Amino acid sequence: MIKDPRARIVGKESWRDYFLMRLESPRIADRSRPGQFIMVRINAHHHPLLRRPFSIHSKNGKTIEIFFQVAGLGTDLLSQKNTDETLDILGPLGNGFKAEAELKGKAVALVGGGRGIAPLYFLAQELRSSGAASRIFYGGKTRADLPLRENLEKQGFDISCSTDDGSFGFKGFVSDLLKAELKKFTPARIFACGPEPMMKKISGTARQKSIPAEFSLESVMGCGFGACWGCVKRIKRGDGEELVKICEEGPVFPAEEIVWEEEEG
Amino acid sequence: MTDLSVDLGFIKLKNPVIAASGTFGYGLEFEPFIDLNLLGGFVVKGLYFSPREGNAPPRLAEASSGLINAIGLPGIGVERFSEEVLPRIRKYDTAIIVNVCGESEEEYGSVVEFLDKKEGISAYELNISCPNVKKDGLCPALSPEATFSAVSLVRKISSRPLITKLSPNVTDILEIALSAQEAGSDAISLVNTFLALAVDTETRRPKLANVYGGLSGPAIKPIALRMVHQVASRVNIPVIGMGGILEGNDALEFLIAGAKAVEVGTANFVDPEATKRIIDELNGYCQKMGIDRIETLIGSLRT
Repeated sequence: MIKDPRARIVGKESWRDYFLMRLESPRIADRSRPGQFIMVRINAHHHPLLRRPFSIHSKNGKTIEIFFQVAGLGTDLLSQKNTDETLDILGPLGNGFKAEAELKGKAVALVGGGRGIAPLYFLAQELRSSGAASRIFYGGKTRADLPLRENLEKQGFDISCSTDDGSFGFKGFVSDLLKAELKKFTPARIFACGPEPMMKKISGTARQKSIPAEFSLESVMGCGFGACWGCVKRIKRGDGEELVKICEEGPVFPAEEIVWEEEEG
Repeated sequence: MTDLSVDLGFIKLKNPVIAASGTFGYGLEFEPFIDLNLLGGFVVKGLYFSPREGNAPPRLAEASSGLINAIGLPGIGVERFSEEVLPRIRKYDTAIIVNVCGESEEEYGSVVEFLDKKEGISAYELNISCPNVKKDGLCPALSPEATFSAVSLVRKISSRPLITKLSPNVTDILEIALSAQEAGSDAISLVNTFLALAVDTETRRPKLANVYGGLSGPAIKPIALRMVHQVASRVNIPVIGMGGILEGNDALEFLIAGAKAVEVGTANFVDPEATKRIIDELNGYCQKMGIDRIETLIGSLRT
């Protein structure tokens, strides 16, 4: 992992409260794999204090992209940064998806809920270059929550969308859209990222259909590189369960290892 | 060239900057970022005798210029530490301090008894002040009697220097510091985190699963400084100051207030090169001010 104190913002696009930012960081870009993340220092001041984790959305030569939605002070301040400003970033961090050669020639499903689409574009690019056929399922609350849809279509990806309010595509959750589509096709693997209830449902569907699945988990993180023990989740290890650091052993875990939290009553 | 070394009596540090327990992993996590040989020392994450899982997540909540944590001291225990970590960190030319934890006084004793047989440790930091392991932040450092008792017991067992880490969550910090000194502690480090709460107003739940956590970071620095000054003015043993040090100038404030060395904590999460940068900044300050020996700054507050 590398600390790049001067990653230059070389591109920025926005849709309502969603932002796509391109950063020039040759050494980090060179080492990045789909599913890994970077930690971004928002400013040089004391507040907000901690870095923020962002999945790597894509890489292209010397640049990487992050895709985020404004969700609090950190992302709000970050969204106000402009081209030619620099950011202090650490990366690439975490394990990444297991997009191995064995998926060559096979169909896979990539399921992104809301900002959970962030790591899946990089994965789709990588799978395409290794000869796997990705079907992308992209869900949002409304049509305006699918900002990357056109980009993905332009790239020629096979993409199906859902919205909670039915304003675009399938009406309902993306987990239900996937479930319906799985009656017609059987992917060799499912990769998903999004809100935990969505991933939990997809995990259930994948298990019923005996399809291997990988999930990218999200957590508040203190450091991103294993020093603070702040980002743990309960993960199956051997015969038991352990609290495992997401930043170090994740953020991607196979479905069978994840202990999903009980729905709150 | 400025002499940054500081003499704690029982150990001489090449500079006053020590990475604080719980924020520096076992040291190894920082190898990709800094040369550990540059540090005055580092304190490894708190060790109980056996491995421990720590608290349920969520464990972190950010506050204004601060961080509230309720990690709950997860760790690998003394055996794995001695076998897997110690051989890899003892090669560094820096003071390696082990933060010692215990559910009971006996456990503090057994951790020290076990580690005393291992080479490569410079000192123990007795963690009697973690607010996240018992209900309502209860810990020995909240009472002068419990502090005296725990320090005395470990003092009898330990062949190595003992630093007692104090809690700020007390009415009279000096009383506790004097108890630790009387019980034979070789030094005092302060402050641990301030017991704190953060609330999610949408769910009306605490942001941390543990309900309370410990506040660290720049938010606590002025209070930590005051406590370090109060203690350093009255005890005869060295004081190691900490609480919200992010920059060299923060470290200088603690030294001037009377700390012989400082620990850098939360800053390590924000900037994994923080300790190195702070050492460079101390050096820069001394050169700019024409100070040959940084020790001359210690306790030089003009009041």
